[in-house]
Amino acid sequence: MRPTSWPCPLPDGGTSREYALAFDRQRRHRLLILPALFDEGNRLRRFTVEVMRRLDAAGIDSFLPDLPGCNESLQPLQAQTIPGWLAATIAAGRHFGATHVLGVRGGCLFTPAELPALHYAPVKAASILRQMLRARVLSSREAGREETREVLAEQAQASGINLAGYELGRDFYSHFEPLVPESGAILIEQGKVGGSGLWLRAEPDEDAAQTDALATILTVEIAG
Amino acid sequence: MSNDTDQLLRRVLTDVLGLKPGQADGFNADTGLFGHLPELDSMAVAGLLTELEDRLDIVIEDDEIDGEMLETYGGLLAFAEAKRAEA
Repeated sequence: MRPTSWPCPLPDGGTSREYALAFDRQRRHRLLILPALFDEGNRLRRFTVEVMRRLDAAGIDSFLPDLPGCNESLQPLQAQTIPGWLAATIAAGRHFGATHVLGVRGGCLFTPAELPALHYAPVKAASILRQMLRARVLSSREAGREETREVLAEQAQASGINLAGYELGRDFYSHFEPLVPESGAILIEQGKVGGSGLWLRAEPDEDAAQTDALATILTVEIAG
Repeated sequence: MSNDTDQLLRRVLTDVLGLKPGQADGFNADTGLFGHLPELDSMAVAGLLTELEDRLDIVIEDDEIDGEMLETYGGLLAFAEAKRAEA
């Protein structure tokens, strides 16, 4: 595994260097992995990287890019847009010469149409936001402030919002909220992987059996 | 149905807290949850409630969520049973 970077298009026509983890031995099968988003991204990162190690052992190259504004990115999350993220994932797929793309949870919302796609436990954007809004309501209540999800959602559409530490811009929120995963992908439901999804965990965790199961499914679909 | 809710609730807590199989069997009505378990922060509670909605087929409104219902296993179970009875 090697940390690397890739040129990510910016809305103004320039590019930024974004970080990625890569298992690259110039092999025939090359999988771009779009990580889970926001808090789920933290909880699933170790699992995702463990799956990449299994894929490497199974003869498949894989690449885990940061979306601009996420993880190690120097770009402000607040300035990101949905077309920008779609352009970013297309650019990452081309830069790494991907033959397939895997979306993990919210990452499924951004799998480029030009690559054969696999979706692991895809989720609607509205479900991700519902949970983040609820977390905000709960933490505000702990701090003695009463808020409601309805009012917060209106505020988000009007002027953007900070949810669980993630600063989402107005345009991003409005365009993100209606996104649903495309139906053309090969669907990998949690039931096929076994156990309960690690995104449910309060703390980041790992599960060797689930890692093996997902890597095996991916290997069969990509190289089998 | 009460038993069923109890089982489902223990299973959701097992998934959210990453408990070992059977560990949630030791929970009783007084077992402390929110405010007692450091890993059960607001994001984890939000996930827990959303998962309960999906698995118990209930809708939980913001104003129904209070400290008492989240503080102990017994409080959360009583809430879940009441929600299912009205659904």
